[in-house]
Amino acid sequence: MIAIIDYNAGNIASVARALHVIGQEYVVTDDTSVLTAASCVIFPGVGAAGEAMAYLRHKKLDSWLLGCRSSGKPLLGICLGTQIILDASEENDTQCIGLVGGTTRRFPENLVADGRRLKIPHMGWNRVALRRPHPVFAGVPAEAEFYFVHSYYPSPGDEKAVLATTEYGITFCSALAVNNLVAVQFHPEKSGRPGLQILKNFCGWRGR
Amino acid sequence: MISKRIIPCLDVRAGKLTKGIKFQGNVDIGDPVEAARQYYEQGADEIVFYDITASSDKRDIMIDVVRRVAETIFIPFSVGGGIRSLDDMRRVIGAGAEKVSVNSAAVLEPGIITQGARAFGSQCVVLGMDVKKVAVSRQTPSGYEIVIEGGRRYTGIDALTWAQKAERLGAGEICLNSIDADGTKDGYEIALTALVSEAVRIPVIASGGAGTPQHLADVLARGRADAALIASMVHYRTYTISEIKQYLSCRNIQTRLLW
Repeated sequence: MIAIIDYNAGNIASVARALHVIGQEYVVTDDTSVLTAASCVIFPGVGAAGEAMAYLRHKKLDSWLLGCRSSGKPLLGICLGTQIILDASEENDTQCIGLVGGTTRRFPENLVADGRRLKIPHMGWNRVALRRPHPVFAGVPAEAEFYFVHSYYPSPGDEKAVLATTEYGITFCSALAVNNLVAVQFHPEKSGRPGLQILKNFCGWRGR
Repeated sequence: MISKRIIPCLDVRAGKLTKGIKFQGNVDIGDPVEAARQYYEQGADEIVFYDITASSDKRDIMIDVVRRVAETIFIPFSVGGGIRSLDDMRRVIGAGAEKVSVNSAAVLEPGIITQGARAFGSQCVVLGMDVKKVAVSRQTPSGYEIVIEGGRRYTGIDALTWAQKAERLGAGEICLNSIDADGTKDGYEIALTALVSEAVRIPVIASGGAGTPQHLADVLARGRADAALIASMVHYRTYTISEIKQYLSCRNIQTRLLW
């Protein structure tokens, strides 16, 4: 059974619908014992870091997530879920979970590409360049694009944690992977077939 | 780099497409869910639904459409038309839409933009703007005025000023519709689109006037739009989304080519 962490943060229903269409059974929960019993866990999220962290602390989900480092349970972060597994976020100057070392940063104000000032949020479809193969990205073509909508991006302290990068005026980390953790900045549940492929791969992944 | 988005717009009245949409084999489809599925499979980057249901008692039908669309397509979609309150927004987003578009209601009560952004995040709130070209005056220094009620009522509000104000209030995106160009198939209003897109930091979707792929190339390049709304040119199968994207690709405009 796949568990989706329910923490009042936006896109949980979209992730659930995507799992349904790829034929995965899932449970949406904020109960840590249900999370512990799940085969793998998805940590989605849309919204602001400060409010999300307050809610996670209130439900003691932050310490459960931190425990994933030793439990070995496969964990997939999506968007805000990815940003707040780092140590801290520049959004509302928030202390975050600290499952991966590093900071979530805001896009610089004057991003330019091809002589044009870039819009913020980074909203729309963009490519994701893998630095190394990963089982969760198996079968995803290199030209595939994914749907992004964000003003902040994860910046892991250890370069080795960077699984993939995306270009938007700067080159930023759009996917990171450390042991049993994979976390993506884009929305696989809204990225058509390549996105569904990633969810399917994750659901069958043993975290190694 | 980020791709330019191609967004088909579907007009829905009481749960049915207002004009049939022709698909392969010239099959006429009146069901918005089925039309959304077909455009999803043909490479639409996003879909816009515009609810033109006149009577409020039939609005629940649209919520059911939104719910079924959300179970069918796995790309973002937005819903506009008749959104008057935070409750209306909550129902549409709760049923599975990524974004909700406010137009007249935001002109009459700009606070709805801020309320929506606080409740759901800016990325959920699209400001729909209907614009007409007018004489440059002290009231409308940009030469473009905001109109509401489907273009019938002039508001005296300058389009550029309104776009910038909406951004400050928390809109995450602007869907900019030229009433003058709408339905002409003569091309988008390039000058207006460039003017607004350069003046705000949020993405701008150009709307109104699309007839050929060249029109999209113009508005995405010279008009500096981040996305282009299309309707009849794909609804009547004059072009497929894939053909439009291939054309843009030849013009060095990046779009998503694999789906």
